[in-house]
Amino acid sequence: MANLVIVEHDNNEVAAATLHAVTAAQQIGGDIDLLVAGENCGAVAEAAAKIAGVSSVKVADDAKFGHHLAENLATLIVEVAAGYSHVLASATTFGKNVMPHASALLDKAQISEIVEVKSADTFVRPIYAGNALATVQSSDSIKMITVRTIKFEAAAAEGGSASVEAISGGTDTGLSSWVSQAVSDNDQVDLTSAKIVVSGGRGMQSGDNFSMLHSVAEKLGAAVGASRAAVDSGFVPNELQVGQTGKVIAPDLYIAVGISGAIQHLAGMKESKVIVAINNDSEAPIFQVADYGLVADLFEAVPQLDAAL
Amino acid sequence: MKILVCVKRVLDPQVKARVKADESGVDLANAKMTMNPFCENALEEALRLREAGIGEEIIVASVGGGKTEETLRHGLAMGADRAIQVVTEETLEPLAIAKVLKQVAEQEGVGLVLAGKQAIDDDSNQTAQMLSALLGWSQATYCSEIKIDGDKATVIREVDAGLETIEVKMPAVMSADLRLNEPRYVKLPDVMKAKRKPMDKIELDSLGLDTANRLTTLKVEEPEGRAAGVIVNSVSELVEKLRNEAKVI
Ligand SMILES: Cc1cc2nc3c(=O)[nH]c(=O)nc-3n(C[C@H](O)[C@H](O)[C@H](O)COP(=O)(O)OP(=O)(O)OC[C@H]3O[C@@H](n4cnc5c(N)ncnc54)[C@H](O)[C@@H]3O)c2cc1C
Ligand SMILES: Nc1ncnc2c1ncn2[C@@H]1O[C@H](COP(=O)(O)O)[C@@H](O)[C@H]1O
Repeated sequence: MANLVIVEHDNNEVAAATLHAVTAAQQIGGDIDLLVAGENCGAVAEAAAKIAGVSSVKVADDAKFGHHLAENLATLIVEVAAGYSHVLASATTFGKNVMPHASALLDKAQISEIVEVKSADTFVRPIYAGNALATVQSSDSIKMITVRTIKFEAAAAEGGSASVEAISGGTDTGLSSWVSQAVSDNDQVDLTSAKIVVSGGRGMQSGDNFSMLHSVAEKLGAAVGASRAAVDSGFVPNELQVGQTGKVIAPDLYIAVGISGAIQHLAGMKESKVIVAINNDSEAPIFQVADYGLVADLFEAVPQLDAAL
Repeated sequence: MKILVCVKRVLDPQVKARVKADESGVDLANAKMTMNPFCENALEEALRLREAGIGEEIIVASVGGGKTEETLRHGLAMGADRAIQVVTEETLEPLAIAKVLKQVAEQEGVGLVLAGKQAIDDDSNQTAQMLSALLGWSQATYCSEIKIDGDKATVIREVDAGLETIEVKMPAVMSADLRLNEPRYVKLPDVMKAKRKPMDKIELDSLGLDTANRLTTLKVEEPEGRAAGVIVNSVSELVEKLRNEAKVI
């Protein structure tokens, strides 16, 4: 058995999500090789070689992989995958975008967002917004897998000493080109790895009111998140959305403010260790998953919370 | 340009999925079903492209048995011109669905395929990407804005880091995110009109494709629930509990 993990990165750093995919590969068993495809991504390859448990790192440094466009990257994955029993990537928008494309070129099924490795061919994955867990067994010769990061610890970023091998290959399909990336306020603590998250919903009423949550978050070293309603209303940008179709997170503490607790929102946060809900409607479904519920007007409770910290 | 919109019939998003007692799957008997919300966004976008003079004929297609026709009729009522149902009672995996849709796209000579980003039942998030690969067409997933200009399109995609803009050559396969648009409501006269619109039915077996599933579902279980918590009476009680009981701050 041999695992290939597709490294997610920005040509400078290995994304934390990849470390979780490496752990899933460790649980499957066998050698673990990494594929770094990018442009001027030498630093990424060096960092990748230090990840604990990795045997070798293959680096394809080429302009055609610079922006991780799915059509180009998939052609490389297809070439490299031939020697492996398992190909894994994190279930981030990076992995979700490219892995099915590569899987189809290989004529293999993809097993999306695994949350548990039962054996080398059997995995558990959530369906129906996490309201059911399916155990599936694959008959494919190469198992194409995306990994839900919150269910696998991060592998140690240091301690390994894998060999690094430059490779060429893949095709410049010329189908897509990258134009730009809107970078929003990056001062904020990373939502997916934050220990504490303070999220606001429609009850916040405006984007300006989110400054109350930012103030609390700053004191707690927390990230700010949001419900879909808050994003749809334009209070906050899309990357803050938590839920079935946003980010799936599991911080030590999740504070839901003015969020009703729809199935789709719960799908993204119900694995948090401790959940706090602040909502003025005692019937709101969020209270059914909250460890600590406070039935209160958020415009009174949040400033009080801020003052108490 | 002809546009193919791929739509799936799913459990209504407002309904909580219930696992069958024998753990063989989710109980859909008598459950309220609807068009996958993301597919509604995809169809809405096709309708707007047609209104903008970019799309001509809009075909809605679905692979499925049972009452799939109902979902396609809803698509026709929203404004699609005709519908294709590829009939099978089996639950196919995204790879097989993509193979079927490829055949439909090629047979119909469409210049754009729109799909949802994810089906809210299997949460696979694969079909559009696979279809793009099989067709050898450009791929634009998680679109929140689509602008088509001749043989290329500029697309804004919702990604983990924010919004990414890419340019893709046409023909292309695109998948819709929820913020792409607000799907229109269907009015009663539209429902009546939809009854007269053409609906083709193709038997899956007649396509001669390898649609065998690669995964066997061994069981479907309910996830562990959370134990009920407590209601606190004040912010100071909350902070005290978080500090001394939960020890998370
Ligand atoms: C296909 C699909 C995918 C979806 N994906 C997601 C997803 O990924 N993430 C997501 O979050 N949603 C998602 N949704 C939307 C989801 O169904 C809900 O509509 C959404 O989560 C509601 O957001 P909310 O709780 O902020 O708003 P609401 O449901 O409107 O709740 C607002 C809450 O604020 C409370 N409130 C109001 N004023 C105050 C006040 N002054 N003080 C205290 N409390 C107050 C109210 O009591 C209420 O409970 C999806 C829906 C669909 C159909
Ligand atoms: N049975 C089907 N028939 C037609 N289109 C489908 C079918 N299954 C999935 N799709 C399309 O693919 C999208 C993503 O589905 P999935 O990959 O299953 O998450 C859906 O929103 C549909 O647009």
